[in-house]
Amino acid sequence: MSHSATQPPRRSKTYREGLTPWLFLAPGLLMFIIYVLLPIFQSIWISFHDWDGLGEKVWIGLGNYRELLDDDSFYVSLKNNVIWLLLYLLAIPAGLAVALFLNQTVTGIRLYKSLFFFPFVISQVVVGLIFTWFYAPDFGLFSKLFEWLTGQQLAVLADERYVTYGIIVAGLWPQTAYCMILYLTGLNNINPEQVEAARMDGAKRFKLLWYVVLPQLAPATFIAMVVTVIGSLRSFDLVSIMTAGGPYGSSQVLSYFMFEQALSEYGFRMGYGAAIAVVLFLIMMVFISLFIVRMLIQERNA
Amino acid sequence: MFPSPIQNASPWMRTGYTILLPIALILWLLPLIGVAITSVRPAGDLAAGNYFGMPSGFAGVENYTAVFRDSPIGLYILNSFKVTIPTVIGAVGISCLTGFALAVYRFKGNLVLFFLFVAGNFIPFQILMVPVRDLTLKLGLYDTVTGLVLFHTAFQTGFCTLFMRNFIKGLPFALIESARVEGVSEWKIFRHIVLPLMRPAIAALSVLIFTFVWNDYFWATVLVQGQHAMPVTAGLYSLNGQWVAAWHLVSAGSIIAALPPVAMFFLMQRHFIAGLTLGATKG
Repeated sequence: MSHSATQPPRRSKTYREGLTPWLFLAPGLLMFIIYVLLPIFQSIWISFHDWDGLGEKVWIGLGNYRELLDDDSFYVSLKNNVIWLLLYLLAIPAGLAVALFLNQTVTGIRLYKSLFFFPFVISQVVVGLIFTWFYAPDFGLFSKLFEWLTGQQLAVLADERYVTYGIIVAGLWPQTAYCMILYLTGLNNINPEQVEAARMDGAKRFKLLWYVVLPQLAPATFIAMVVTVIGSLRSFDLVSIMTAGGPYGSSQVLSYFMFEQALSEYGFRMGYGAAIAVVLFLIMMVFISLFIVRMLIQERNA
Repeated sequence: MFPSPIQNASPWMRTGYTILLPIALILWLLPLIGVAITSVRPAGDLAAGNYFGMPSGFAGVENYTAVFRDSPIGLYILNSFKVTIPTVIGAVGISCLTGFALAVYRFKGNLVLFFLFVAGNFIPFQILMVPVRDLTLKLGLYDTVTGLVLFHTAFQTGFCTLFMRNFIKGLPFALIESARVEGVSEWKIFRHIVLPLMRPAIAALSVLIFTFVWNDYFWATVLVQGQHAMPVTAGLYSLNGQWVAAWHLVSAGSIIAALPPVAMFFLMQRHFIAGLTLGATKG
């Protein structure tokens, strides 16, 4: 950032290097290594074994991965993860739309902004319960509205065709709120002169938004992308609360599938679970690497 | 300003906006409003099929008392506090140190470490699940509040370090330089010069981590089994299984579980948003 130009002269720096930074880092790094870094490698190691979590680990090489390739549930989960990822991205334009709607200075607007942000603050467990109630077939608000509009009955969470979409909508609710707050902050900090200048030149709404405002919102969009992509692949709470992967495993996602296999009621399959976790981890690492590379470039330019 | 201020628009537009605003809000919060109303409905209403009409009476006191009396939700809430508060103190405290180290010193591996913390923050929990559960069992901390606190502290350190490091980078470096010239020790520079300036960052992180950890459900299910250590998220889920179709109780329980982070958000709104939108403005 700005002070990198005023870094200390080399002379004063050299004697301070050495142990000092490592002493400051020690407690955090130690915790992080024990609870985050090492477990990643341990999981990879465990994924090559057959293990019930108690007895001896039995080395089976790629056995778990081979089994995974023949497991229909794996493909259902994978497909659902893709649907989650794609539809979750809708939170970004939706959040932008809400932010544009609320970016005014009328009385009480602050309270409105806070209340729109509300869904993000509450636990996903509560969001899940709220939407389960919302979709409940006999009396749920959604079901009633749907029946009133179409004359048909629809039990969203019991219908294999719609269940995943139903859960995603529940997830989009807090996620849109999150993106909205990112964009509201971004809009607060755009350069008013550029916008005014473009207005003078006769740029109208959408052109103005597309060519002048959105480029200035790029940092907000980037963060919204990161949290939305990561959030979509991490989706566990809502699936667990609303359907437990059902009906008939049709709303499975990798994160829940892994949990269910590892701590299954029919005996723990830690090795198989770890293999699923590794696959999810690799998928997410693709995105994480992209994000990190971009952040690194920014850091270098700063 | 974009979009143009509504004050410059025609009177029609202005009136339209003022009317639209509350309608949009009600639609947006409809599921939540539904649950809030259900939580004060008398049980008889639900039995009689009165789900959306006016509640036949106000049973808020009964429902909420029933939840506390007939379920261990009080204990669950207490457990959540016991997990959340030490985690906030631990993770924020540790990351003041790591953030300082990564922001102030130039040493080999600085950026690598920084991005390791950042990346750690994005990984799926499932890749940690089996080994962390195993480690917690071996430490004899399975099914205890301490087990949860240790894991959460370690995991949240990633995000906290990212946050603190960027915050300290934004502070005027000349302050540290001049202290060094005076011969002040590095620890004293941290303790007496940098730490007092970090107050807003500490406040912002504290509310954020409070909310994240309070709302955690995955680790609460993986590392805890019994009621005595169960946080309210996992507790609510198990109660939901017991209260089949007793939606007035489920709703009241949900509202109770949601209240602490909501209160935190309203009390510390500015800090909360500052923390969450870190990096959303500069590129």
